[in-house]
Amino acid sequence: MADGTIGLWTVPLAVLGGAIRVSTPFLFVSLGECITERSGRINLGLEGTLVMGAMSAYGISYLTGSPWLGVLAAGVTGALLGALHAGICSLPRVNDIAVGIALMLFGTGLAFYLGKPLIEPTAARLPAIDFGWWSDIAQVRAALRINVLFLIGIALAPILYWAFKTTRWGLLIRTAGESADAARAMGYSVLSIRLRATMVGGFLAGIGGSFLSLFYPGSWNEGLSSGQGITAVALVIFARWDPLLCMWASLAFGGAAALGPALQSVGVTSGYHLFNAAPYILTLAIMIITCSPKRTLTGAPAELSITK
Amino acid sequence: MTSEVADPAEAVAISPAADPGFLQRHGGTIEYILIPGAALVGALGVFGVFVALFGKNPLDLYFYMYQGAFGTWFSWQNTLTRAAPLILTALCTALPAQLGMVIIGGEGALLIGALASTSIALTMQWAPPLAVQLAMAAAGMVAGGLWIMLSGGLRQYRGVNETISSLLLVYIALAILNHLVEGLMRDPTSLNKPSTREIGAANMLGSIPGTDVHWGLVFGIIAAVASYILIYHTVFGFAARVAGGNIRAAKIVGLGVGKLIMTVCFLAGASAGLAGMVEVAAVQGRTNANLAAGYGFTGILVAFLARQNPLAVIPVAILLGGISASGGLLQRRLGLPDASVQVLQGIIFVFVLASDALYGRIGFLKGKS
Repeated sequence: MADGTIGLWTVPLAVLGGAIRVSTPFLFVSLGECITERSGRINLGLEGTLVMGAMSAYGISYLTGSPWLGVLAAGVTGALLGALHAGICSLPRVNDIAVGIALMLFGTGLAFYLGKPLIEPTAARLPAIDFGWWSDIAQVRAALRINVLFLIGIALAPILYWAFKTTRWGLLIRTAGESADAARAMGYSVLSIRLRATMVGGFLAGIGGSFLSLFYPGSWNEGLSSGQGITAVALVIFARWDPLLCMWASLAFGGAAALGPALQSVGVTSGYHLFNAAPYILTLAIMIITCSPKRTLTGAPAELSITK
Repeated sequence: MTSEVADPAEAVAISPAADPGFLQRHGGTIEYILIPGAALVGALGVFGVFVALFGKNPLDLYFYMYQGAFGTWFSWQNTLTRAAPLILTALCTALPAQLGMVIIGGEGALLIGALASTSIALTMQWAPPLAVQLAMAAAGMVAGGLWIMLSGGLRQYRGVNETISSLLLVYIALAILNHLVEGLMRDPTSLNKPSTREIGAANMLGSIPGTDVHWGLVFGIIAAVASYILIYHTVFGFAARVAGGNIRAAKIVGLGVGKLIMTVCFLAGASAGLAGMVEVAAVQGRTNANLAAGYGFTGILVAFLARQNPLAVIPVAILLGGISASGGLLQRRLGLPDASVQVLQGIIFVFVLASDALYGRIGFLKGKS
């Protein structure tokens, strides 16, 4: 604590900064999953996609020196994993939840395998924009060093909301998710709509992973993601498949996840691991409050296996 | 699985080749062996191509995998030691699957079971070893059982998806374990790797005579056989399968679905909790972060590869135990990273699921009627 004058204000400030920094992967994964689930399929494999995205972004950034190429590579990797998921799910009698679990294991395994040589070297990281220039307090400035990806994510949420409501492909995705028969009757291939929706979802999740390795925490190691991907998938469910609610929920999650490190910085270390588990406990608690055995969730795509 | 031959003697008399009805009756069973087997071979092939891309000879790979898994008595023992927790964690997925639930939180129940059994062993240091071991097993099973029952209850009474809740509970279990191991339960002498105190050499489970394989394997086999009998040869198991097949039909015939879900989830969690107890009492001797070795996650794969059949879980767990046992040799001889086992498991999982599409589509197994 360089500046003693703000004292305990460090904690809410760090939580705010954390909400901005930590929420970005949640934001991208949940928006991506939102698109996939709206088309009537659930991809639990985004946990693996996140880790693969982080690894490939770090690798490409290290090799080319350009972090933005890394972000692109992460997106492409994610889209490929999405295509794999959609491809297997399009076979008859294959359960999309099980395929997601398989790709979760496959993605993390592959990332650890390919990422072994990347633990040592340092790759070029994504730049941050300094929004705290007006303040003299170091903590405020640290909290307001914001990455462009965060801003893109925040902008993406209302765009998606609008796109689902009004655009042609938004309607197509929703039709495939609500009634595959209706989409088929209109002459569209449900499998191909879902393939594209899963690939876009994977693309966004991969970018979320690139944020982990290229900005915060900003390095590649095997403990980089521990359940952020699956938390984000759960988040979509209680955000009622609404991109705007996904955004708010991601911010809340980022704040919860920043609580542990923030308290540690002011000397509260006793419950460190429990505070680190805050996002998972929060997810579970919100799911318990918002779910109900009596009715299907409002806003749930009717074709989604998880709510049937 | 049921044979329709009335007289067993008659079945023996007719050789399979001469019996035109043989394929028709046993086609299903053959399918259950043939298709996952083919998926496994396909996955090994793809993995061979994968390592070939990194300049390794796939034939070397297969040779060392076989050597490391089943080549020597030493590797067999290593394989069986790893198979023991896999059988138990696989049951944590296979039992709820009978009810149509996808539980993937075996790792969490294993950790909680380990924690509970360690706690009870540390408070019972005065008691004779057998009493300590029994108490450990009971504590591990109850704790693990309640942990997965939580997921089951949330599904039944709050409509929370059990797949996601059970996975979230894994991370919560790990946080609780780390919290206790680094705080309340920490052995002050464990500096680099925070751990609890040791349960004591006298309380360790020991090996099956004549081997280095611990008694956990026997626990696993007993649990698997008992689960099989429960599911396929009791009224309770029949009710569970009815509920798994058609929940509405189960309600119409008056089955207490909630009670079924809670009981099955408890048994599933108890099994994974027992795996945690075994890992503490037979391998680690204490609780620390080493216990989160991924047995719970590999157990999911075992259950799916065994097509959720508790009896088939045993050979599949030995197979997957063999793959993970060969990891060390692959690292030393071929210079493959330790994650290669994980990659192979992922590929196998993908192949097994994709092969679901093949059931009932293999021409010669349909029989000519």
